[in-house]
Formats: sequence, C-alpha cells, structure tokens
Amino acid sequence: MDQQTLSLLVVGATFALYIGIAIWARAGSTSEFYVAGRGINPIANGMATAADWMSAASFISMAGLIAFLGFTGGAYLMGWTGGYVLMALLLAPYLRKFGKFTVPEFIGDRFYSKAARIIAVISLIVMSVTYVIGQMRGVGIAFSNILEVPLATGLIAGMAVVFIYAVLGGMKGITYTQIAQYVIMIFAYTVPAIFIAITLTGNPIPQLGLGSTLQGSDTYLLDALDKTMVDLGFHAYTAVGGMSLMNMFLLTLALMIGTAGLPHVIIRFFTVPRVRDARKSAGWALVFIGILYTTAPAVGAMAIWNLVNTVHPGEIGTEEGHLAHADKPAWMERWEQTGLLAFEDKNEDGVIQYYNDANEEFAAMAEEEYGWEGSEIVTLDRDIMVLANPEIAGLPSWVIALVAAGGIAAALSTAAGLLLAISSAISHDLLKGVFMPKISEKNELMAGRIAMAVAILFAGYLGLNPPGFAAEVVALAFGLAAASLFPTLMMGIFMKKMNKEGAIAGMLVGLGTTLLYIFTYKGWFFFSGTAMLPDNPDGWLLGVNPTGFGAIGAAFNFITAYIVMKFTAEPPKDIQDLVESVRVPRSEA
Amino acid sequence: MSQEDLSRQAYWRAHLRLLGICLAIWFLVSFVLGILVAQPLNAFQLGGYPLGFWFAQQGSIYTFIILIFVYAWRMNVLDRKFNVHEE
Repeated sequence: MDQQTLSLLVVGATFALYIGIAIWARAGSTSEFYVAGRGINPIANGMATAADWMSAASFISMAGLIAFLGFTGGAYLMGWTGGYVLMALLLAPYLRKFGKFTVPEFIGDRFYSKAARIIAVISLIVMSVTYVIGQMRGVGIAFSNILEVPLATGLIAGMAVVFIYAVLGGMKGITYTQIAQYVIMIFAYTVPAIFIAITLTGNPIPQLGLGSTLQGSDTYLLDALDKTMVDLGFHAYTAVGGMSLMNMFLLTLALMIGTAGLPHVIIRFFTVPRVRDARKSAGWALVFIGILYTTAPAVGAMAIWNLVNTVHPGEIGTEEGHLAHADKPAWMERWEQTGLLAFEDKNEDGVIQYYNDANEEFAAMAEEEYGWEGSEIVTLDRDIMVLANPEIAGLPSWVIALVAAGGIAAALSTAAGLLLAISSAISHDLLKGVFMPKISEKNELMAGRIAMAVAILFAGYLGLNPPGFAAEVVALAFGLAAASLFPTLMMGIFMKKMNKEGAIAGMLVGLGTTLLYIFTYKGWFFFSGTAMLPDNPDGWLLGVNPTGFGAIGAAFNFITAYIVMKFTAEPPKDIQDLVESVRVPRSEA
Repeated sequence: MSQEDLSRQAYWRAHLRLLGICLAIWFLVSFVLGILVAQPLNAFQLGGYPLGFWFAQQGSIYTFIILIFVYAWRMNVLDRKFNVHEE
C-alpha cells in the first residue's frame, strides 16, 4: 500500500470514530448542548480541555517556532501553560460556582448590565473567529501537504465531520470527541519524538534525551547544538538573546493572561459537577497539555540539529562539510514540491551552505573565507520541523499517517470548542439574553444548532479564502482576551465593590488601547500599507512589541476600572451578595 | 456582624494567603528563573541542560502542574475547615 492510501485510511478511520461518538452522544437539552449536562468527570474534562486548547498551531507550528528561536521560545511554552495556573486559581472555580452557561453571561449578571454583556460577546466573537481561521487553515495544511489532497477537498471533509458532531452533540458530543482527539494527537506527537530521541541520544524519553549526551559521544546534545549554531553565525541555542528580556517578559505575561481569559477554554470548566472538580480538572488539563509542551522543546531542538547536520555533515568550510545539491535526501525533494522548503545554489559550487546571512559580520567573514554568497536554503517553513520529522528520522509509513491524523485532530478539536463558544454567545447571550428573553428551551436549542451551522460555514469560507492577515491575528486574539475578558472576570470575583461603570470603562479602554497599538504597527484592520509606524524595535513605543501589548492593555483595564469605580455608585446589595456566594463552594444562596 | 459572616471573612483571608503563596511561586519559576536571571543561571547545568534554559522550557511547566494540584488539595482542606465544602 502506498503512503497516500495508508494516510487517507488512517484519517478516514479517525473521522468514522468522531461520527460514531456524535451519534452516541447527542444533546437533548440546552444544558447538554452548552455544558454537557455538567456530568463530565474531572480527569476526562482535563483531557478534553487539553485537546480543546492545543490547536493546529501547538501541534504543527510550535516545535518549529522553538527550533528557530532557541531559548526565547520559552516565552510561548511558559505563556501557554502558565495561563492555566491563573485560570485554576483566579477564574475557573468561581465561574463554575456561578453555575450559568457562558462567560458573557457572568459579566452581564455580575455587572448588572446588558451593555457589559454585549461588549463581552463582541470581544468573544472577534477573538474566537480570528482563532478559528487558523484551525481551518491547519486542517487544509495537513490535507494538502501530508495527504496530497487538494486543500478545498480536505477542508470540506473536515467541516462536514465537525458539522455532524458539533451540531448534533453540542458540548456533550464535542467533549467525548475531544477525548478521542487528544489520544490520537498525543500519540502522533510523542511517537516520532521518542524515535528521534533514541536515534540521537539513546534515551527514549524526549524530555530526558534533550538533556543527554549524543549517542556514542561524551558531548551533551545542547552543547553540541550551541556550538554548531554559533559556527553558522546564529546565536547559541540555549543562550538568552534574540528578543529583549522586557519583550520576552511582556509576551509571556500577555500569553498567560490571554490564555486564562479565552472563553472557549473557560466554559470547559462549566461541564464538571462541582467546584472542587473544576480546580482538580485544571490540574489534569495541564498534565495532559504538559506532555506535549515538554516534548515540543525536544522535538524543536532535535529537528534543527538533524537539519543542520544533514546539510553540514562535517567540518564547516571543508569539502566533506557540505551536502551536495545533487545528493539531497528524498524527503527534501518531496518537501520542495510543497513550496515549504527551497534551495538555491547562489555561489554555484554545487554544495549547500546554510547559515545566518542576516548576521553581517559573519556573512562578510564567510564570503571572504569560504566564498559563500548567501544562505542557500532560501525558504524554510517552520511547520516542516514537525510535519517532516518522521521522514527525516526514517520512520515507518504508518507513523507519517499518524502525524497527519494528529494534526487534523488538533485542528478539529480546537475548532469545535471555538465554534461552541461562538454559537452559545449568539443563541444564549444575544438571542435569549437580549433580544428574545421569552424563547422556549426547545427553540433556544434549535437556535444554538443553527448558529453553530452558520459559524462552521463562515469559518470554512475563511479557511478557504484566508484574509492576508491570518498569521497576525493570533496576537490579536490573545491581546483581546488579555486586555478585555481576563481583568473584567477577575475584578468581578475579587473586587466586591467593582461596579458596572468601572467594568465597562475598563473593558473599553483595554480593548481600545490594545487594538490601537496593534493596528498602529500591523496596519488598520491588518491592511498592509496602513501601518503608521514601522513594526520593528526602533519604531515600537518604548520598545514594546505589539504581540506582548495585551499585558499592558490589561493593566490599563485594571487602572481605568479602579479609577472609575472610585467616582461612581457602589454595586447593589444583591450583586455584592452574588460575589460573596461565588467565593465559597457551598453556600445557601 | 454574625458569626457566619466572620467565618466567611476568615475563610476568604486564608484563601487569599494561599493564593499569594502560589502566585509567588508561579512568578518565581517563570518570570524570574526562566527569564530575568536565566542568563546567569545558564552557568549551572542540570544534566545536559543549562539551568536557565531548563526553567524556561521544562522546569516552569512541571512546577505549574504541581502548583495547581497542591492548590486544589489545600483548598479542599480549607473548605472542610470552614465547613463550606460540597457534598
């Protein structure tokens, strides 16, 4: 059986599994549709949360991102895991105690204001839609690059499957599907990592392998990698550098509070039976996330090591130190066809040089010394680091099939979670909460299903015709979550006297400053050519990178809310009692 | 102020103290050890890992996991002590 048939069979089998679960776990009530009837075991919810959270970006792109960043890649690792500490300690248990269906619902009730609820709905929809575009593109990438199926066909197949289980099962169907998707995803991620760790270091556990010596040598892998990178003009892999410490600090903080404020993850904690389950479940979620997130640094470092050593098998500058263009392994030629990898023999010496030609001093030296005229890997997409890993390591074809299924599982599970957050905001917050308070439960459930179907079609359309700014919007989604929802939710729980006026002003200022700062450097609504200042460290206000601005937007939110609160009336007594009641697990309301 | 209100206040204060300790550890392992002092820490090795690099890419994540479980456990103790635990 050839690779493509095998891969399609494996992906087809996983799709059949998801549909089977959908038929078994249909939702019969709004409670089942929105919060899976609050009957999910905390460990199972932890696993579903991990799948919900770990997106196509975590699965496909993160290891490559770390591979090219080195030490600074830690900002993403700490940011996307540290947010769970904030969520478990500062938000999830109290919102579970509140016991309603959506995040905007808490904001609307706590701040006794429909306006606050609507602002929350708008920021939820903007961040979830921008995020879901990336997932749809992830499905497309997995199909077109690994399975060699046209992007549109793959995308439509993926949409059809999500449609069946999300529309039928709501949160209940999504939860059980996500558990299956987690298992597929983690298996697909760790198997190639284990093989590569064994090949390079002899240690089967990637987390330990990264700290081990190279097979048949006394040199630590990371020391050898540091030296190789420096020899090629890059900065040492494990050394601090590449981003100012202030920006690494702000980016980590923005990702943490952004993660904690993402509504599609928060609502997962509404599905467990009790407050104490919500606390424990967040711990389990981080265990399941941590398995992938502690493996990713090993995958990244080992992939870049493999790549550099394939291109430079010996002493750099000598004849045996360079791979000839004619001798490229089959996987390089295959990935060249996808356009994610490209070579150019700039100095026409017939061999490949890969080095940091942006480092002027090193490039000048290399030209003088070796006659190099620029790095000859002209395109190197970071996604290759994970997607081509099994081929680079020479793993059997079923592993390649598994990676395709894993990438698709990661994208679909996150897409489904986001789509549920969007549809519940529309049917529960806008329709029932604002426009049609008297709607019956049966009709609300139907409205939820219709909203879900429309959201899937819309997301699929955007996945097929991605707006040019798709790569930039993740920063926007995290920035908005950090600057609008997280501070408002936290103040709603921890500041009993925080009132409607303060919360609304805080959200608007947090949102406004964050949008303004991002648009100033990335272009208004991401239209190129409309940026008002250059997007580089010289142009940034006080050197602050727009991707880390969410942390500052959050600070503006807190400060504004506090000042406005001081000059306006206290919240009514029943609201203060509500705050008292969400602070304790058991209370007679 | 009733007896129950006083007990609620004491519960909330004990809770805030626990939160403070947990968040201090959260901040220490990530922002301090993994970013601000990572460069000097890199002079020390943990196996083949430079220590600052290890905190940024491995150690902080392990600490976060332990931290959430310890918090959940201490909160259960606190809930029982102040008799606000669930069935």
